[in-house]
Amino acid sequence: MSEYQIQLEGVSFSRGRRRIFDDVSMAIPHGKVVAIMGPSGTGKTTLLRLIGGQLSPDRGRVIVDGRDIPLLGRRALFDVRKNMGMLFQSGALFTDLSVFENVAFPLRIHTNLPEDMIRDLVLIKLQSVGLRGAANLTPSELSGGMARRVALARAIALDPEIIMYDEPFAGLDPIAMGVVVELIRTLNDVYNMTSIVVSHDIVEASSIADLIYVISDGRIIGSGSPDDLTKDDSPRIRQFMGGLPDGPVPFHYPAPDYETQLLNNAGPGPGD
Amino acid sequence: MLARLRQFGRAGLEILSTLGRAGLIWWQAIFRRPQFRHWPLYVRQLYQLGVLSVLIVVLSGFSIGAVLALQGYNQLVRYGSESALGLGVALVLVQEIGPVVAALLFTGRAGSAVTAEIGLMKATEQLSSMEMIGVDPLQRIVAPRLWAGFISMPILAAMFSVVGIWGASLVGVDWLGVYEGAFWSTMQEGVDLRTDVLKGVVKSVIFGLVVTWIAVYQGYDALPTSEGISAATTRTVVYGSVSVLVLDFFLTLVMFQL
Repeated sequence: MSEYQIQLEGVSFSRGRRRIFDDVSMAIPHGKVVAIMGPSGTGKTTLLRLIGGQLSPDRGRVIVDGRDIPLLGRRALFDVRKNMGMLFQSGALFTDLSVFENVAFPLRIHTNLPEDMIRDLVLIKLQSVGLRGAANLTPSELSGGMARRVALARAIALDPEIIMYDEPFAGLDPIAMGVVVELIRTLNDVYNMTSIVVSHDIVEASSIADLIYVISDGRIIGSGSPDDLTKDDSPRIRQFMGGLPDGPVPFHYPAPDYETQLLNNAGPGPGD
Repeated sequence: MLARLRQFGRAGLEILSTLGRAGLIWWQAIFRRPQFRHWPLYVRQLYQLGVLSVLIVVLSGFSIGAVLALQGYNQLVRYGSESALGLGVALVLVQEIGPVVAALLFTGRAGSAVTAEIGLMKATEQLSSMEMIGVDPLQRIVAPRLWAGFISMPILAAMFSVVGIWGASLVGVDWLGVYEGAFWSTMQEGVDLRTDVLKGVVKSVIFGLVVTWIAVYQGYDALPTSEGISAATTRTVVYGSVSVLVLDFFLTLVMFQL
């Protein structure tokens, strides 16, 4: 078995005319927390969907546990996914089920366990995210941070080897953020999982990551441990890690010349 | 000229690919082995789409039956043939108005709800997360709704006709004084189970299929934004209603030649 759980080799992906990834390669080792960072809109979520097989690359290979994901048939793909948990940005809890049933959902689908065992497993998972007491609530009664923790419990219900987090820190208050940061690291170590964290929150992601990839404009512009990256002096990395508003990654969306546009009254505006 | 041709071609391709995607959804949801462990979902959708539509269908059926009786009586009484009121009302309801109006009401009440619900599930990533858990949303979300619409539509149309005839009898017999025996016996003689009633049933089955298909597809294909879902819901009602009316014409045309 390869020392890497997930490998991307020369992956290119476009959406319409927009090229999202251009010849991206990365390797994600077993049992580590790997952060994938980059400015918003660089296709970090798309990357997770490529790994999960919800999207197929135009070129290149996506290999998970030695299996080439885009080449798998539907059944085999669903099989591989049993071994993957994914935490969506919105939590994506099923609104028609209670918290308990949400966590029980993957167990009911993929196992034939007796009801009392399912109950115990669900309670164990809820306990590990600190929400055993919320088992009978409905998703609409949860706060954002709680919903994300329930979704996390659901994502680890089948004890997957891989767990992917899509912007786990976005939109949380500082306490909830601290809880989630702590949980990601703890779950990774306790269940011996490989965690992929997609995020643009540098401080939080760096605090738990073993390895960081920085993506911008469809390419990997840097990778290494958090320490390596803070010492890196390439301008793009420095801009991102330092949170500088302008630099090689421009503040301005491409636009015609400022002065010309103002003077000539050309282009978009109330005059049109 | 060339640009117009190109536009035309692009529109054609778009329609084809829409039909293709819609067909695929239908095929995968209906023609794969039904999963029996999902049966509670089917029951729930039958309740949501069918049972909850009963009230609006019954109320509308009653009103339309009553109006038909009023209008019919006023015309027929001029020729002294008000005894044919029962026959006329029953034929019109069973063959045309029952299936068509029930389908229109179903589109507005249940179709729009299905589109909005599935669209929102898409927008909140519930469909994606289901896929990642290893469950096909087509089987778990789409198939129960398709079947529920397909099954409940003919029943709703039948209810509409029955309540409509009851409403007509209240107005015609109890109020306007048409002879009760004539009202029911002309109906009994003139409405044939195998031709007239069956035509209505066939129509409503087809309407049920088309309307729920449109609703499910629009939800599944909606852009996952607020505007996208609202546009998809509107499209469901518009396309659904128009398809019912246009299909009704052609179905009637075909059936009368048989």
